[in-house]
Amino acid sequence: MNTTPMKMTYREACRQAIREALLSDPRCFVMGEDVGKYGGCYAVTKGLLEEFGPDRIRDTPLAENGFVGAGIGAALTGLRPIVEIMTCNFSMLALDQIMNNAATLSHMSGGQFAVPVVIRMATGGGRQLAAQHSHSLEGWYAHIPGLKVLAPATVEDARHMLAAALADPNPVLLFEHVVLYNAEDEIDPAVTAVDIAHARRRRAGSDVSLITYGNSLPKCLAAADALAGEGISADVIDLRVLRPLDIAAVIESVARTHRCVIVDEGWKSGSISAEISARLAEDALHELDAPVRRVCSREVPVPYAAQMEEASLPQVSDIVAAARGLVNPG
Amino acid sequence: MTDKLHLDRAHLHHLYREMLRIRRFEAKCVELYQAQKIRGFLHLYDGEEPVAVGVMAALEARDAVVATYREHGQALARGVPMRALMAEMLGKLEGCCRGRGGSMHIFDRERRFFGGNAIVGGSLPLAVGIAMADKQLRPGALTACFFGEGAVAEGAFHESMNLAALWQLPVLFVCENNLYAMGVPLKDAESQTDVFRKAEAYRMASAQVDAMEPVQMAAAARRAVDHVRAGQGPFFLECRTYRFRAHSMFDTQAYRTREEIESWKRRDPIERLRRWMEDNHLLSPDEAAAIDAGIAAEIGDAVAFAEAGTLEPVAELERFVLMDSVVQEQAA
Ligand SMILES: Cc1ncc(C[n+]2csc(CCOP(=O)(O)OP(=O)(O)O)c2C)c(N)n1
Repeated sequence: MNTTPMKMTYREACRQAIREALLSDPRCFVMGEDVGKYGGCYAVTKGLLEEFGPDRIRDTPLAENGFVGAGIGAALTGLRPIVEIMTCNFSMLALDQIMNNAATLSHMSGGQFAVPVVIRMATGGGRQLAAQHSHSLEGWYAHIPGLKVLAPATVEDARHMLAAALADPNPVLLFEHVVLYNAEDEIDPAVTAVDIAHARRRRAGSDVSLITYGNSLPKCLAAADALAGEGISADVIDLRVLRPLDIAAVIESVARTHRCVIVDEGWKSGSISAEISARLAEDALHELDAPVRRVCSREVPVPYAAQMEEASLPQVSDIVAAARGLVNPG
Repeated sequence: MTDKLHLDRAHLHHLYREMLRIRRFEAKCVELYQAQKIRGFLHLYDGEEPVAVGVMAALEARDAVVATYREHGQALARGVPMRALMAEMLGKLEGCCRGRGGSMHIFDRERRFFGGNAIVGGSLPLAVGIAMADKQLRPGALTACFFGEGAVAEGAFHESMNLAALWQLPVLFVCENNLYAMGVPLKDAESQTDVFRKAEAYRMASAQVDAMEPVQMAAAARRAVDHVRAGQGPFFLECRTYRFRAHSMFDTQAYRTREEIESWKRRDPIERLRRWMEDNHLLSPDEAAAIDAGIAAEIGDAVAFAEAGTLEPVAELERFVLMDSVVQEQAA
């Protein structure tokens, strides 16, 4: 087995994960808009049509609710669909099928049916695509019982989370951040699987916990570097899985640092950061030496103009300021 | 209503000039995109100009227009000032949406231009609602709703068609059938590829037109508008066209051949109209040169205006998320 570390992009990791799934399981197929001839709107599925043919790389018309629902039906009766929705903004058109069918059929049928569908979608802002292409909606999906919601932030997770998602008998949603697709990293070939149950500590620290996921992870790591320069040691927790939430990992971190900043590209009101804050208040209030702070997207539809978009999304300087304010109040 | 449209010299000049204006404006946008002054997605309209120009020529100020993310053509033809459009593309405060919308979200209330919508099919229900209100508040006004053939696969399309026909609303559905939805050709997306026939299923009047022929396009638009204006209910116009360029700036066009694109380019509607007008002594070399110069000057002015524009202060970020009052539409 190859043991030298390999460098690859997040996009390439997503593609290899899909390719491996198609090779290892004949029940597996990819379905979505422009996944075939076009190669995927973020080029993730490029080349797969040539290798696997149109039955397994199935281009669909523009019909999100229709083809996502079809994926759910196919999963009900034995196939293993990987459904791609171009961006989570367009997943709103399929929300009915995701919420009212995928998330509920197992329960409503008294456990007679499993829905092992995997739905991948791009999420997030940062590319000046304006409001209808820039939102982070994974927090909303994390609200729904019956779904599992994943947010790979690293190339390694992008490479391996899909297999775990396909092995899971439940509907699993994978949110790939548009800004991460070009991120490059070395991944350890000895790692051949990751779990989709636990958060990960990406950096150990003792003064403040930075709780995050997705494209806010690199920002938190950069903030941790900057904070280290000021003598502040930050613990960085990558949630990875937004539902079910690994709240134990969050509490464990906060129990060591006693200060917590949650960084989430979703809007603050009703967000995953709101959920974590509430859980800390319920279950770990006495671990906290200071109020929880949140760095989220500003409560606006994401604007096009660069300076406005930047101001609307969480930035490294915001994270640094929030953490510094907790550690050195006043 | 006559079936034959009288296209006089002035009207032909208008069609030619407006099409060229769109073509040149977008060519400048490509330059500005490459210079990274325009960012995000950019969807161009090359080859499809007769649709916007033909339809807009048949509309009046009281009518409403609803468009997609490929809307520079519609916006310019509708009279959105080029300065405000260009400034929007550059994300400037002087843009028609203060730089908040960008190329995919052009709005202009004064010209009843209701976007600029980047959700495929998302604007069709809006068009139904606008027409519903107009029927009551501005009798005689109609709504022209532009969308690509890709949109007809969406549920929103079918729901809107049914409502418009059921309630006999004054909507002109303008399907810009350029044969591809990103990389998906029409035949791989639709079981019925004569898109206008879908309207028949909703008992809506419909027609198909060769939109590479600007004169035919203008005539078909005129007839369709007359139908709606006469209170005969909605109309569905399928405009057969082709986009010469990629879907957006991030498209390698692996789904179609260079030969196919070239064969369509030989039918370039602007070139052909120019040659036809020249051959029939409707356009002199001096007139053509004057049109060229006028457009170049307008574009130069718009770019200078946009470049000199300002950036909206970040302190304004949270404005317009909610409005303090309903913006009243000016009476027609
Ligand atoms: C609901 C939704 N799904 C997918 C997309 C991504 N997308 C943008 S344009 C496009 C193709 C649309 O084709 P068509 O309607 O024919 O219009 P054209 O681009 O050819 O003018 C797609 C798939 C989107 N913007 N909205």
